[in-house]
Amino acid sequence: MKLRSIPLLAVLLASGTALQAQDLSIGLKSEATSMDPQFHQLTTNIQVALNIFEALTKQDAVQKVGPGLASEWEATDDTTWRFTLRDGVTFHNGSPFTARDVIYSFCRIPLVENSPSPYTIYTGGIVNMTAEGDHTLIIETEKANPLLPTEMSSLPILSADALGAEAEVTYAPNGGCEGLGEVPQSPAFNSPDIAVGTGPYKLESYTRGAEVVLARNDEYWGGAPDWERVTLRPITSDGPRVAALLAGDVDMIESPPIQDVPRVEDAGFKIVDALSNRIIYLHMQQLEDAPDITGTDGKNPLMDAKVREAISLAINREAIVDRIMGGYAVAAGELLPPPMFGTTERPVDPYDPEKAKELLAEAGYPDGFGLTLGTPNDRYINDEQVAQAVAQMLERIGITTKVDAVTASQFFSRRNNLEFPLYMAGWGASSGEMSNPLKALLATYDEGAGLGGTNAGRYSNPEMDELLKQAMSTIDDAEREKLLQEAETLALDDHGLIPLHYEQTVWAMKSDLSYEPRVDQYTLASEVKPAE
Amino acid sequence: MIVYLIRRFGQSLLAIAAMAVLVFLGVYAIGNPVDVLINPEATQAEIAATTERLGLDKPLYEQFGIFVVNMFQGDLGTSFVFGRPAMDVILDRLPATMELAMVALILSVGIGVPLGVWAGLRPDSIAGRTIMGGSILGFSLPNFWQGMLLILVFAVLLGWLPAGGRGTTTEFLGMQVSFLTLDGLSHMILPAINLALFKMSLIIRLTRANTREVVLQDYVKFARAKGISSRRVVMVHILKNIMIPVITIIGLELGSMVAFAIVTETVFAWPGMGKLLIDSINLLDRPVIVAYLMLTVLIIVSINLFVDILYSILDPRVRLSEMKG
Repeated sequence: MKLRSIPLLAVLLASGTALQAQDLSIGLKSEATSMDPQFHQLTTNIQVALNIFEALTKQDAVQKVGPGLASEWEATDDTTWRFTLRDGVTFHNGSPFTARDVIYSFCRIPLVENSPSPYTIYTGGIVNMTAEGDHTLIIETEKANPLLPTEMSSLPILSADALGAEAEVTYAPNGGCEGLGEVPQSPAFNSPDIAVGTGPYKLESYTRGAEVVLARNDEYWGGAPDWERVTLRPITSDGPRVAALLAGDVDMIESPPIQDVPRVEDAGFKIVDALSNRIIYLHMQQLEDAPDITGTDGKNPLMDAKVREAISLAINREAIVDRIMGGYAVAAGELLPPPMFGTTERPVDPYDPEKAKELLAEAGYPDGFGLTLGTPNDRYINDEQVAQAVAQMLERIGITTKVDAVTASQFFSRRNNLEFPLYMAGWGASSGEMSNPLKALLATYDEGAGLGGTNAGRYSNPEMDELLKQAMSTIDDAEREKLLQEAETLALDDHGLIPLHYEQTVWAMKSDLSYEPRVDQYTLASEVKPAE
Repeated sequence: MIVYLIRRFGQSLLAIAAMAVLVFLGVYAIGNPVDVLINPEATQAEIAATTERLGLDKPLYEQFGIFVVNMFQGDLGTSFVFGRPAMDVILDRLPATMELAMVALILSVGIGVPLGVWAGLRPDSIAGRTIMGGSILGFSLPNFWQGMLLILVFAVLLGWLPAGGRGTTTEFLGMQVSFLTLDGLSHMILPAINLALFKMSLIIRLTRANTREVVLQDYVKFARAKGISSRRVVMVHILKNIMIPVITIIGLELGSMVAFAIVTETVFAWPGMGKLLIDSINLLDRPVIVAYLMLTVLIIVSINLFVDILYSILDPRVRLSEMKG
């Protein structure tokens, strides 16, 4: 009995693996909220959408912008761009890809209802789009926008035919386009008939909360992808996600908790990791009436650049990286990891508590002072522990620090209400270049200009603002990079904020798979390959 | 009977109204959803536009007023995250949770009642003591840890069962269910056991205590004296009389299993309502949180109402005393 069943079992197992070799399943840490690539601007949604849809340009693993559906592009003057579209590309439903699809896609963005985070932040400045023939597109912007090709990579192209557009689509800003027909709203994209793109995979089914199933697009212009079927499963808790990998339910997971990495490796799985574009930083409130500061007779010591420098010197970044981040982070000296666009390879501030104390004394606080350090406790890798360590290090130079750790949903509201004199947060630069963190974190807060939106420390340096504005309207790359480097150096010499470390992103997978780790933290099924 | 029903119904409505106020205020206090939802790169003007579109710029009393008016029209708002009616988002997930809760309930009653009766009839035997010891364990293990342990043993070490997810589903009465396929069942075993263990222990203890009490009653002694087989004594005379408290508990626990299978669903990545609630709280999806809590209140209140009616049928004394009071 036993003997007879063994060959049968072997046959079953063998046929099982032969079938499975074509299939891939991935455990994701969060769930896409819609299959509509224009609904919610969020990593979770984008990384699923980019398997099905493609954009005019594409960012590679280190966020360098390269050709996507557009094979080349050029700025004909400061506000006009000419994109040459790829020939011979077809959508999943067989209709050819033309300039009309691009115009339709951009027209639909302001018409998406109920979007929690609309894509209009990229399209607001586009005043006109015209097609010259089927494969040339002219885009005119209101002001010079050197980042247009980068921003294009975040805007997936939909099929005008599948969505019921008329034969002629004409562009007008802010939802005034004509020839769109009835525009389908986001829930319609659950259907594979509407979610039609040009990407390497087609949508097969989407079961909310359970899985997204993708099928191979054999007609893909870049060559058919490796997997016949891909299943993306959201497993939001860390422990169960690791268990699913160990039990063989999924072939690959994103972001295993770093304390579990050795165990996963011991079980024979492969770990890949990469520096991410996310920096963890401290920001200090630089307003006269900052809250929760004690022992200074109502003055705000953080207004003084010497005090800010002292805080930076008091922090032992290497210790944080080694002991709290388990080595899966790199001490940071800039807003983006070098050699990304606009970085200067500026050295990391050294750990020098003696000098920090001297600086405090020079600034008139020989006995230090007290403040509160705000931090989320469920947003960044080991965030609360890092904040606790920072608090202890500040304690050593005489700054009595109370950590106020709250859940992310509360933290961001309180931070935006300026309730923390000192806070820890993270920033991922989606564009992968320097103007992005400078605009958000360090530019003077200015609602009208849309600058300094996340500058809850309210750092302000007019000289830096001037350089940044100049850079933002400079199309020439070399010149722009120089301006950005100067602007960053100014702000960091001033210790406008204090970089702590760059997070590393980790993926774990079966040993017969390979994945090129990405700076933007995306888990793209189309980039998972069988190991050589 | 009718007076009793009307009174119970009025109390239920009052509970629902009180809950609506509490839930709305509680959710309002957590934080501003726009801060969590919007891409941090959005400019201040875009943030303001989104806030206005979601109706979050209005004062609290106005938001509450709109919520109440809409609720009476059966509209509990549109999910911020999914952009669809909150109730639809929840009802999508309801079958998965119901199915899990039903299977867990069957397990806990099917195993709990016989074990409890056994332990009640022979309280000093080794089996009786073991059952009681086991039930203490079932009570005290934290649900989360117990779930992880089940996964570790049965999925990771032994590899017999999948670690999570729902598996293949098939259509049954217009709902997607997984108990009709082998794959679906194999996905359901561990979460159902995890959810059932606590309830099972509760039922064992309750049944045992009642059995011990009932065994000493005169009518049981009389039945035995009449020479009725001990099988019939247990099945008819004892079982029937211990069922009232057991039904109460089953009713209450079914409600709480449907509403609060959160831990189990999170550990086993089971795509039910509980997991939706946790995700919604993290993203401050207020309409879904409010609609979910309102729905669970409704479920629990209706089950209680149903149980009350059930006992007034099973035990006329309840009906009579309530009428007088």
